[in-house]
Amino acid sequence: MSLKILDKKAVAPLVEALMADYRVVGPQAKGAKFVFDPLTDPADLRLDYDTTILPPKKVFQPQYERLATFIMGEDPEVETVIEVEPTVLLGMHTCDLHALNLLDEAFTEDYPDAHYLSRREQTLIVSMECLEPCDDESFCRSMGTLTADDGFDLHLIDLGEAFAVQIGSEAGEQLLADYADVQDATEAQVTERDHLQASKLKHFADRLNFDADELPSLLGDAYDHDYWEELQERCFACGSCTNVCPTCYCFNVVDEVNFALTEGERIRHWDSCQLDEFARVAGGENFREDRGARQRHRFMRKGKYLYERFGALGCVGCGRCIRTCPASISILKGFNTIHASLR
Amino acid sequence: MATSIYRPEMARLADVEQMTHLEKLFHIELPEGQDLGHDPGQFVMLSILGVGEAPISITSSPSRSNGGFELCVREVGNVTGALHTMKPGGKVGVRGPFGTGFPIDEMRGKDVLFAPGGLGLAPLRSLINQVLDERDDFGRVIILYGAKRRSELLFRDELDEWVKRDDVECLLTVDCEDEGDEWQPEQRLECNLGVITTLFPQIQVDPQNTIAITCGPPIMYRFVLMEMLDKGIPESNIYLSLERRMKCGVGKCGHCQINSLYCCQDGPVFNYANIKGFEEAL
Repeated sequence: MSLKILDKKAVAPLVEALMADYRVVGPQAKGAKFVFDPLTDPADLRLDYDTTILPPKKVFQPQYERLATFIMGEDPEVETVIEVEPTVLLGMHTCDLHALNLLDEAFTEDYPDAHYLSRREQTLIVSMECLEPCDDESFCRSMGTLTADDGFDLHLIDLGEAFAVQIGSEAGEQLLADYADVQDATEAQVTERDHLQASKLKHFADRLNFDADELPSLLGDAYDHDYWEELQERCFACGSCTNVCPTCYCFNVVDEVNFALTEGERIRHWDSCQLDEFARVAGGENFREDRGARQRHRFMRKGKYLYERFGALGCVGCGRCIRTCPASISILKGFNTIHASLR
Repeated sequence: MATSIYRPEMARLADVEQMTHLEKLFHIELPEGQDLGHDPGQFVMLSILGVGEAPISITSSPSRSNGGFELCVREVGNVTGALHTMKPGGKVGVRGPFGTGFPIDEMRGKDVLFAPGGLGLAPLRSLINQVLDERDDFGRVIILYGAKRRSELLFRDELDEWVKRDDVECLLTVDCEDEGDEWQPEQRLECNLGVITTLFPQIQVDPQNTIAITCGPPIMYRFVLMEMLDKGIPESNIYLSLERRMKCGVGKCGHCQINSLYCCQDGPVFNYANIKGFEEAL
């Protein structure tokens, strides 16, 4: 499809127009950091953000959502709730696009999850090309997520005064036609876009000391590695790494009831394999009791298990877990340390 | 509205039987009186609305469905605690059946050795009764069942039947005798005194032609596996049913993961040869 040009002055009117018909979620400043949140003012949109505290998975798998409402008592009844509203998600980086593709696999496989998939179907994604690294913690280049060929409805590349807009779907094309004031790109603009995409690679360091394709087999040999002992000593088991991970989707389900004990809601919320009780059964047995074993499980999911299941690595190199860890545990350093000792 | 995989179907407790001081047997009927359609070894996600949901193995056999199914449940957590207070006529939520059950077709024509411990009899009973209902399809049927004490032996009527049948070799053992318990079990069942492994020397098997199946408390597996392997039973002829925390039953919530496997989908029944390299299995 042809490349379009969106003048930066036309972004705010576009967002304003979208806000009339959609919940529009985009990166906004929060203190010195950025978050994805619903926009109430187009001026709050910060497409120049580096990274966000939480990944945009929360748009598709909210931290807290109702799965059902129910009536208790003699003749209990249960009714499914699917919390969804038409949404436009602005400014996703390509690392998060790759992560979302993996979440799609997880929530579609075998038993499709209507709650997730309804939100997925009713969300239009406008992603952005990163031309500079967000910081020194990210390693998207090493994980092959520095670019994305699909997963978006529209994709923006910053040309300075304007955005080049790549169309990724018919829904994206329709969105442009209905809401945006865009022009066809000139030949010079197409060339400029191509040049930016081709030349950006040199700005991104390759921080993984080996080919990411080696990760599944490397970790397969690292199950009894001493490194897990080190993490056993360092990890606080706070669960921050999994909360901020764009490919972590584990959850807990709990019932919440009203004070009269007559009705309630079945709630799904994010959970973390790093928390002590995650693998504990009612009888008291805890099948992953040590923090080192829990960190190993996280590393294995990111570098091996999810790959074996879905054909894509569970780590996209976004760097969020590294930035957030109070014990300075780095999955990148971990991968490199294990590689250095075993290969 | 799209159908949610998390929506329980409301079912009725047709009957509740006290089995021991720890366990009750719940007979459950689905709304239209339909069969659950399970395989032995599968489980359901059982809901008590307002309390929560928990995975419970199905103890009845598909061959004896009678428009319902049975769960043998120990009172041990929130959901099972609430279930234990319920009376016939009460409503519970049911999702499933889920998971991979026992390989009954692979077992046909072979000798079958069952070695359940304690509440581990619950999932195995589903298979045992199916095997007994199709008795001619199988070789020897050997049942070695151990419980902590006589008062904790489950399904005593059926144990009595199995012991008496001459086409079943059933040996029972208890770790220790009851001490004047509040629960007074019938004393007719002949029990060995000692842990379940003490029963193994009392039987001979044709190892290559035997499928061995075990389920019990986590501590038990290693010792029972050693006995089975000592008998020469190949690893690939041994099956285990495992317990894990589960919040979805459909391979998503992550709680039940055993290394790369999901207990709820890849299990709960596993071939020993396939999981013996997985440290998180036991």
